Amino acid sequence: MLRPRIIPCLLVKNGGLVKTVQFKDPKYVGDPINAVKIFNEKETDELIVVDIDATVQGAEPNYRRIAHLAVECRMPLCYGGGIKQADQAKRIIGLGVEKIAISSAAVENPPLISKIAQEIGSQSVVVVFDVKRRPKLGDYEVWTHNGTRTTGRLVIDLAKEVESLGAGEIVVNSIDNDGQMNGYDVTLATCVRAATRLPLTLLGGAGSLSDIGKLIGACGVVGAAAGSLFVFKGVYRAVLINYPTQLQKDDLIAAALRP
Amino acid sequence: MITIVDYGLGNIRAFLNVYNRLNIEAATAASADELRGASKLILPGVGAFDHAMRRLEESGMRATLDDLVLHKGVPVLGVCVGMQMLGRSSEEGELRGLGWIDGRVRGFASLPAATGLPLPHMGWNDVYPVSRNNLFDQLESDARFYFLHSFYFECANREDALAVSRYGTDFSCAVNSANIFGVQFHPEKSHHFGTRLLKNFAEL
Repeated sequence: MLRPRIIPCLLVKNGGLVKTVQFKDPKYVGDPINAVKIFNEKETDELIVVDIDATVQGAEPNYRRIAHLAVECRMPLCYGGGIKQADQAKRIIGLGVEKIAISSAAVENPPLISKIAQEIGSQSVVVVFDVKRRPKLGDYEVWTHNGTRTTGRLVIDLAKEVESLGAGEIVVNSIDNDGQMNGYDVTLATCVRAATRLPLTLLGGAGSLSDIGKLIGACGVVGAAAGSLFVFKGVYRAVLINYPTQLQKDDLIAAALRP
Repeated sequence: MITIVDYGLGNIRAFLNVYNRLNIEAATAASADELRGASKLILPGVGAFDHAMRRLEESGMRATLDDLVLHKGVPVLGVCVGMQMLGRSSEEGELRGLGWIDGRVRGFASLPAATGLPLPHMGWNDVYPVSRNNLFDQLESDARFYFLHSFYFECANREDALAVSRYGTDFSCAVNSANIFGVQFHPEKSHHFGTRLLKNFAEL
């Protein structure tokens, strides 16, 4: 059986690992390479690493840092941050990264998705949508630049568009739920699931393994990504890299998918 | 010496890392000259079928690889698109494959049994060996591997299927004919399961 994927998402700022709340107040939580080594030992399904400075500062991806990550990482690695051109994506894949993530660039310049897919294959092109719920309408708009600029476009429309352009996976990141650890926005997850056939990963809000179970219960085989859950422990948010064992994952998934 | 064929596609580095940790000698080869002395070959691959075939042809290594594999009997392991290239053709492209194992590559998209399933087939799935082979030696019964693909290998001869996986339908996720092996999943990124398989390949 194809299993839902449980994916730590690590944010990098100034070379250090940070965790945000609603995309603000980055708190330093440690060294990225050290975290990767711990996730190796825990046999993590996949890893997403996002450089949150790169796009905002208009900086080039830090290839030296990416190469170091890729060498250490024993699980499939998705890297995002600062990718605006197909040759940058190609260079990153060449460093030993399985997938690249684009966000702002995909929304501002959709043909870029097709260009990158031609170079590295659709399977390695991940589009990340940072979304906010519009309280009155109850629908979801896509934002860029760390949640500071709205695109005025709905996530379900953009999901269909990037699928037709050759994206290989969609990651939907809830700005509202980021760092809250109160559970995923399952309504958001099910509406995007219905809009696209691409593999879908949700990010934002997971505070416990049971939150992941609820997401899987609602969406079936889905990617469940989390930041805080895998770097903090306890109510005082002490930094402790953690990840479920294979047995815990199997039990969680079996319970969530039981009809 | 394990030689990883470097024609510009696939995560070459990840294979080297695994063999380094296992203390098994491995190196990359980017030219026909560098292929000489190979006792085992790994043919990685990602992306589109035609792109991969074209890159391999342009690398200048094709003739030497044919000679090593078909005439000298050097064991080869194709991985992901590298496995698909072992076949004669692919629904994904126009170019001919290597034709080292009789079969063709088909897409999940046109498969009625896979209707509605997300594509690509991405993530960790079970692998069921269907014939005895040392490649799967000492692997646990719940062994799982990382997959990332939308096309799969259809063997012309049933006995060439080594293991199957299930995504809408049972498909061959590992194949073998004589000294030629292929796996659709990524052993280089499949934790201790993949490490075991790559060790087994080295010890064949």
